[in-house]
Amino acid sequence: MSAAPQKAKPGGQQIPVVVSAVVPLNDLVTRFEFQRRDGGLFPPFSGGAHTVVEMKDGDLTRLNPYSLMSDPADSSTYAISVRREDDGRGGSLFMHRNVTQGDEMMISYPVNLFSLDLRAKKHMFFAGGIGITPFMAMIAQLEQSNGNWELHYACRTESLGTYVDVLSYKYPNKVHVYYDDQKQAIPLEDLLDGQPLGTNAYVCGPKGMIDWVHATAQAAGWPDAQVHSEEFLKPEPGKEFEVRLCKSDKTITVGENESLLEAIERAGVEAPFLCRGGACGQCETDVVKADGEFVHRDHWLDDEQHASGEKIMPCVSRFLGTLELDR
Amino acid sequence: MTIQFNDETFRDDYSFRNSDWAIKRFPFPFHEDSYMYAVNMEQHRGGPEGSVYEKRFDVDEHYVSEMRDRAMVLADDPLRCQSLPHMTLAGWDLLELIMVSKSEDYPDLFELHRDGNQWRWINKPLGIDDSFTFLDETTLPYGPMEYITRQTQGDFCVLDQRDDMLWMDAGMVTTQADWSLDFDIGMNFFEWHAPVPLAHEKGIFVRALKFLLNIQQGAPARRLNWTMTVNPLLDTSPENYHKWGIQKTTLTPENIGSKQHLRVELQTFFRLPRSNALVFPIRCYLCSFQDLMTMPKWGRRLHRVVRDLPEELATYKGFIDNRPMMLDYLSQFDDGQPTSPGVWPDFETEPPLKT
Repeated sequence: MSAAPQKAKPGGQQIPVVVSAVVPLNDLVTRFEFQRRDGGLFPPFSGGAHTVVEMKDGDLTRLNPYSLMSDPADSSTYAISVRREDDGRGGSLFMHRNVTQGDEMMISYPVNLFSLDLRAKKHMFFAGGIGITPFMAMIAQLEQSNGNWELHYACRTESLGTYVDVLSYKYPNKVHVYYDDQKQAIPLEDLLDGQPLGTNAYVCGPKGMIDWVHATAQAAGWPDAQVHSEEFLKPEPGKEFEVRLCKSDKTITVGENESLLEAIERAGVEAPFLCRGGACGQCETDVVKADGEFVHRDHWLDDEQHASGEKIMPCVSRFLGTLELDR
Repeated sequence: MTIQFNDETFRDDYSFRNSDWAIKRFPFPFHEDSYMYAVNMEQHRGGPEGSVYEKRFDVDEHYVSEMRDRAMVLADDPLRCQSLPHMTLAGWDLLELIMVSKSEDYPDLFELHRDGNQWRWINKPLGIDDSFTFLDETTLPYGPMEYITRQTQGDFCVLDQRDDMLWMDAGMVTTQADWSLDFDIGMNFFEWHAPVPLAHEKGIFVRALKFLLNIQQGAPARRLNWTMTVNPLLDTSPENYHKWGIQKTTLTPENIGSKQHLRVELQTFFRLPRSNALVFPIRCYLCSFQDLMTMPKWGRRLHRVVRDLPEELATYKGFIDNRPMMLDYLSQFDDGQPTSPGVWPDFETEPPLKT
């Protein structure tokens, strides 16, 4: 209608913040707390939401999504907990090594791709390792409205049990912890058996754990819509390839260790994005011409769309050959 | 500016009138001389000063009378306002969004004072001064959604988001273009849009759903929709079709200019933070043909749009039988001159009607 056309900023609205605390929790995980630079309050959010943190790493701008794990009712502070990935692409290492109290950063408004089903009579949470973070916020939200929940949390060792102490102290009857090194495992089949009708299950953790919970629940007769998971994909390295950006009239080369989206941004071309993990659909891009083979890795496009060769999600997907995009 | 609120009716004697100010800012929906469905979305972040796009929730001269009409509709039919049990938190989200927006955008009309969860809300045009506890519905006379939408122009659909789908799980719907909340409650996005012709085939709804699922906090969106209404009726519901449908047959060449109204919906979309639901306010603006014709550009364009509209759309929008009479009337205001692009009236620059 063009009443007052305004272009949306790629990645959505950002909030200028200052790092108000850096709290190491164990050998691998550190919590970062943010306050607004303007001294105001953050917008409220819903449990399961994430924020995309912008890191200025030399010439490189890193944009990584992290689950908000603070209490959604507390608008004074946002907090994330970051696990150091020594073999990762560098974002978590940058957070651990370079970010200190008092630093100024930009974070995105909260985005929720993993929200509670508020119709549920009961919520069962299954966390693996750093997958505990979204549940910290969900638990705080449910506690405010006397929600019915329980948590089953698998950790490698007691010393790597991030937030086990807090959770066990506050909710001794609702929190169940399992340590790998003590050969403890979540008794998933037993837990899924005999839950009241209307129970919803949520899983966040390594891919193997997510698949295990979905498969076990399905075999036990759970409706798919009552089992929720969030898996952020990370862009994976691959062979270098060339892309023609038709609208911007530019040709770019996507390096081995960067994503197609990052290469587009590096060329100074604005492209929409949100989750940067193949889940939200925001960066969907039309293919003009493709000479070669697609490496689709997203959860957004369906099989038919993948096969059509007409769309690509540049945040996680790649190409072998040469590609022309409508960007 | 301070708004002078009209004392007017949208039923019986139809004393509804638009001032010159209201005509000038009417959201004319056609940006060119023809119309077809499109996902015509844009960011809802302000607009030209004084326009209906400027504020998050536009308040105009019809506010007080529209709220009186809503109360009458609800007294006759309480099912126009429904909220499924899991939508209460979304209702609080909506109450907060509207109270914060209106008190910031119209500080002379609305005040919100917050001390933790102890809130005081002052609505001067409606003479309301209530103190309550946020998130405690026992402290309000209605549920949170009903409370705030009895004080806000436009219909409200509150949509839950689950399984990559939107669900019509709550709403306040008293000024609708012939659809029923009581019929649609609990339906998903494709189900409640099933009656719309042509748009499904064009893939409009698949694309629109993807867009809506992605609406983020802090980044609301908007679009316009339109239809035709005989007499300035806010409540053109299926429940009351027996009352208003017959009025479409009362149109004559003599009264069409004052009786026939273009009905425009300013639809906005906001992500709700605590519930992750989506609220879809549908604000209805009415303008009679004779008032629209005071803008030469709108006169020329409306004639061309109505003349060339596909038959299916004229049928769906309910004016196929009256179209010939409309065209007889509108053609007097189309001298064949070109029109400037865009929706604005461009009154100062567009040539007057050649007679």
